[in-house]
Amino acid sequence: MMKLLVALLSGAVFGLGLAISGMINPAKVLGFLDVFGNWDPSLAFVMGGALIVTTVAFAVVKKRSSPLWHDVFHLPDNTGIDRKLIIGSALFGIGWGLVGLCPGPALSNLLLGAWQPIVFVIAMIAGMIVQRMVVR
Amino acid sequence: MENFTPIPATLGGLLIGVASAILILGIGRVAGISGVLGQLLKSEAKDRGWRLAFLAGLIGAPALWLMMNGDTAPAINAPLPLLIVGGLLVGFGTRLGGGCTSGHGVCGLGRLSARSLVATLTFMAVAALTVYIMRHVVGG
Repeated sequence: MMKLLVALLSGAVFGLGLAISGMINPAKVLGFLDVFGNWDPSLAFVMGGALIVTTVAFAVVKKRSSPLWHDVFHLPDNTGIDRKLIIGSALFGIGWGLVGLCPGPALSNLLLGAWQPIVFVIAMIAGMIVQRMVVR
Repeated sequence: MENFTPIPATLGGLLIGVASAILILGIGRVAGISGVLGQLLKSEAKDRGWRLAFLAGLIGAPALWLMMNGDTAPAINAPLPLLIVGGLLVGFGTRLGGGCTSGHGVCGLGRLSARSLVATLTFMAVAALTVYIMRHVVGG
């Protein structure tokens, strides 16, 4: 039960951060990515703010043997830089640049009343399922 | 740069960092959105509970926040074909590359992971190139 509450709180704070920072708005994200246009550096400040906290948090993780309400830290063990990483990240970059939505903001837009995020999220889930079917 | 909003951006960013810290230090999970969602789609997934709870917060909180403030939802101008192609690429690419803006960008860089740095530089550069082509080459 505690685990579920912690996860719900984390998700809610994450969503609030996306809303307050303006990152749920694709126009803000595209404004950052449009380096040669009317550039809006806001996204870099969002990343910077987040990294100040996560750098400390993951330093604490290294010093602890377990999290507060679970027995182990589930950290990615893959440290390799391979073709999958590069091609996957590049394909993600194209999709992100086309619409201005990455997975978090896409989900955070679902209940805001527009139909576009619903279409985008369905396509995104389909893309995830296709990836699981074609790549082993 | 008249659209630049450094203060809300930094505040929101700090909150995103706090959310990631709560998840890793609380239950030992990385707040990578594409991973949280992607693993949920596996038929053999056993740990659905925390993933669903996280996503409920992620989806619910912005809606409540906008309602409380009386703000309007952001306009999404991409036409239908672009939404479908973009969604497919984001879903496929984030799972193939093992993460997105949150997993690689916020958590991976926070862990000082070289793999996440390469991923982040790649998707940022390709996204910027895509916007350049769409706005300044095709869109003219």
